[in-house]
Amino acid sequence: MSSVVKKAICLYFEVHQPYRLKRYRFFDLGHDHYYYDDFTNESILRKVAEKCYLPANNIIMDLITKHKGKFKVAFSLSGIVIDQFRLYAPEVLDSFRKLAETGMVEFLSETEAHSLSSLKNKNEFIRQVNEHKILLKEYLGVEPTSFRNTELIYSDQIGSWVAEMGFKAILTEGAKHVLGWKSPNYLYCNAINPRLKVLLRNFVLSDDIAFRFSNRNWNEWPLTTDKYASWLNKLAPKSELVNIFIDYETFGEHNWKETGILDFLSHLPGAVLKKTSFKFMTPSEVADNLQPVSAISVPSPISWADEERDITAWLGNELQNAAFEKLYSLTEKVNNCQYDLLKKDWLFLQSSDHFYYMCTKFFSDGAVHAYFNPYETPYDAFMNYMNVLSDFEIRLNRMCPATDEQIEILKLDSQIKAKEEIIVRQASELVTLNKKLSKIKPKKKVIPKTKVKTKSAAVTKSNSVDKVTVSRSKTKSLAPEKIKSTEKPKSARIRKPTARKISPKTKSARGRKNEAK
Amino acid sequence: MRVLMFGWEFPPHISGGLGTASYGLTKGMATLDDMEVIFVVPKTWGDEDQSMVRLIGANKIPVAYKHIYYKGYTHPFEKIEVSSKIVPYIDPEDFWKLTRSEVSEMRMLVHTNNEGKIDFSGRYDGNLMEEIQKYAVVAAVIATDNEFDVIHAHDWLAYPAGIAAMEVSGKPLVIHVHATDFDRSGGSVNPDVYSIEKNGMDAASKIITVSNLTRDIVINKYHIDPAKVETVYNAVEPVCLTEETNAVKGFEEKVVTFLGRITLQKGPEYFIEAAYKVLQVMKNVRFVMAGSGDMMERMIRRAASLRITDRFHFTGFLRGNDVFTLLSMSDVYIMPSVSEPFGISPLEAMQSEVPVIISKQSGVAEILTHAVKVDFWDIDAMADAIYGILTYPALSQMFIKNGKEEVIKLKWDNSARHVRNIYNEVIANHKS
Repeated sequence: MSSVVKKAICLYFEVHQPYRLKRYRFFDLGHDHYYYDDFTNESILRKVAEKCYLPANNIIMDLITKHKGKFKVAFSLSGIVIDQFRLYAPEVLDSFRKLAETGMVEFLSETEAHSLSSLKNKNEFIRQVNEHKILLKEYLGVEPTSFRNTELIYSDQIGSWVAEMGFKAILTEGAKHVLGWKSPNYLYCNAINPRLKVLLRNFVLSDDIAFRFSNRNWNEWPLTTDKYASWLNKLAPKSELVNIFIDYETFGEHNWKETGILDFLSHLPGAVLKKTSFKFMTPSEVADNLQPVSAISVPSPISWADEERDITAWLGNELQNAAFEKLYSLTEKVNNCQYDLLKKDWLFLQSSDHFYYMCTKFFSDGAVHAYFNPYETPYDAFMNYMNVLSDFEIRLNRMCPATDEQIEILKLDSQIKAKEEIIVRQASELVTLNKKLSKIKPKKKVIPKTKVKTKSAAVTKSNSVDKVTVSRSKTKSLAPEKIKSTEKPKSARIRKPTARKISPKTKSARGRKNEAK
Repeated sequence: MRVLMFGWEFPPHISGGLGTASYGLTKGMATLDDMEVIFVVPKTWGDEDQSMVRLIGANKIPVAYKHIYYKGYTHPFEKIEVSSKIVPYIDPEDFWKLTRSEVSEMRMLVHTNNEGKIDFSGRYDGNLMEEIQKYAVVAAVIATDNEFDVIHAHDWLAYPAGIAAMEVSGKPLVIHVHATDFDRSGGSVNPDVYSIEKNGMDAASKIITVSNLTRDIVINKYHIDPAKVETVYNAVEPVCLTEETNAVKGFEEKVVTFLGRITLQKGPEYFIEAAYKVLQVMKNVRFVMAGSGDMMERMIRRAASLRITDRFHFTGFLRGNDVFTLLSMSDVYIMPSVSEPFGISPLEAMQSEVPVIISKQSGVAEILTHAVKVDFWDIDAMADAIYGILTYPALSQMFIKNGKEEVIKLKWDNSARHVRNIYNEVIANHKS
């Protein structure tokens, strides 16, 4: 192989749509457990599918057939978008599967929920990556070998976890403050585990397409494929790798079809192949074929978002931090829980978009933030999210008590409640019967009657020990039926102490009732 | 006796306590014999309750082509457009906030106010003052077209209207101080607002204040003769709790509620600090801050940085039945106002069988016995009171029972009778 051939261009497109939350009010807490704005989610997904995913997939399919193995591209589909495709646009999923079958398209691994779990909890992160792998296998029939984290978030630590999971390469931003004098146009490797290759995004060439393509005030407008190819040629001659990582929605959605973006996409590979010495490679191929020039040290997390290229778009103010901490404080409880619906909500609530909506950085990247934001203000986003999260926690505590002790308490509580109802009913029965009794008999005899009552309670206490065990083993639904059949006041008197003995709680309940009397 | 009354708002278009108070008072007057009220508001919507009063909207008065001679202006007005944007309980800063609000009813406001760049600079723009003057001009027209014995103006936005009507008709003016700018601004008084207030007080034959707290402010800060100032306490409309409003809570935690505008005057930050203290010792409680205002965003950030937002909820502005729903869910109602001339909302809470905690710096504290009273800054006492009411059922039951009895006695009829006596006195003095 000549040195010319070794020059590689790596195209990667991110595909993601969040599950947007509906307006969830304080009054809904504990009542309404459905959190999503189905109408918005469906209509946005349908719109983007028709404007972007379907036409762009067709173009890529044509390009693959046309260039016969010379055009390659990589995608990542978040678990959440796969989920929405299944619900709202199965044909998009089909077309991705067809792309996968050509063998020219690599699908990357990521977290299922498009989440920020890599910044908080290693176990949750690994769990989600594995879940996403299963999804990819099931719906696209592929097994990923390279990784891209949510919003290209990367640090040495995260890289080492990804390496542990056996991935060859990871994609991230060629952030200036990390690179310094270095160029993103080479392959690097992780600073902790050098077996993991790191591909750095060339943000100038990427954003030329993603953000500036349809900007008429840009001095390079209009951008043609020839012009773009000439820029590739102008790169430092020793450059080995150009990474163009962009949102897939760039084609047809962020830039409308009318801007010519789809034509640009369909002619770009031809121009690159014809006019430059670059060769299309997928991230895994890059990792296999190119040699890393050095390790890259990224001690604190970087991402591809905003001017700062850090994580402040999601975790930059006290609202985001409070919501984030609250969310992940529930991790353990959710893990102990077996309800699928809860687990699904748990995933959807983790998606990074919710935190993005709470961002208060209006100045540098306000336009980009506003474009993606269904809320009027970050405060609205925060209030809504926290209400949803509170309801989620209420459900979690109800359905999945954390410890055995709590489960026991819950059981006993429901038993006590059932018993208390019985006691109340029978107490009222007692009153009516006593009244009847007093009508029949002269008043004198009422007083010794109550004495007898307490005595009998004391006597039955010792007898009732075995009854306690009986009533415990009975289910709570059985217990009231049993009592119902015994309507005589005598049996009621006997039953009372048994109820009393179950737990100290009933005692206090009884005590209160006496006070009330 | 006929009264020409100038207000700002009328049910159902109410945004603050003032509308409730002036409506209650008018209703109370309607029950008295030989009292007739003509109520003027800057804008009528057409769906107001007019069974008790004749309601006149300043926006419905054809002022154009009339020649009005008005003191202070050398030439008559011609062709005056009247589309007032006056909204209750606002100072010029709030006015800006309200006019950019997204509330659909206020769409008209959004359209008209693009020049008004007051923003949070604390500077003052002529817009609101212009509105007040327009209202005064229309007031003069109404005063010439109607027969009445006395003029009654509610709060500072209506004072110029009252003065104008007085000058045109020569009838005596009574002004009703529901709040002063010292309450609204927390001390940094807007000189323009102050001068309007002072002018109104000087021109009036009698000044009605809603509490002795306000009376003291009027006497000491506006230098008014104490003999001219009289306190008439507000009351509360009896509500019957219907089943609809008795919403079932979807969770077990107790609810502590703050309901009102989230502004400096209402002391929201003390509520948050107290909530934080309570949450340190008990988990079985949720706090709700219902309402909106210029301090809302700061309050959300504060709650977030205290890490209590999973137990501290913001609902935004509540409308209609939601208020009662929230009250029916509540276990404690709290009003930590820094300076509250009266404060009707705790009375409404007590009617809904909710124990209340009020600040000593509120007028309502002067007449309530069965409420916890704390200094607005005393967050320890506040937290203590919240904890106590939530933890000891005997205590809360006592507050609920006695509070309800107490609040039933506060009737608008009594306030109205008191006001009528003041009218009689004023008219008698005026004639002599």
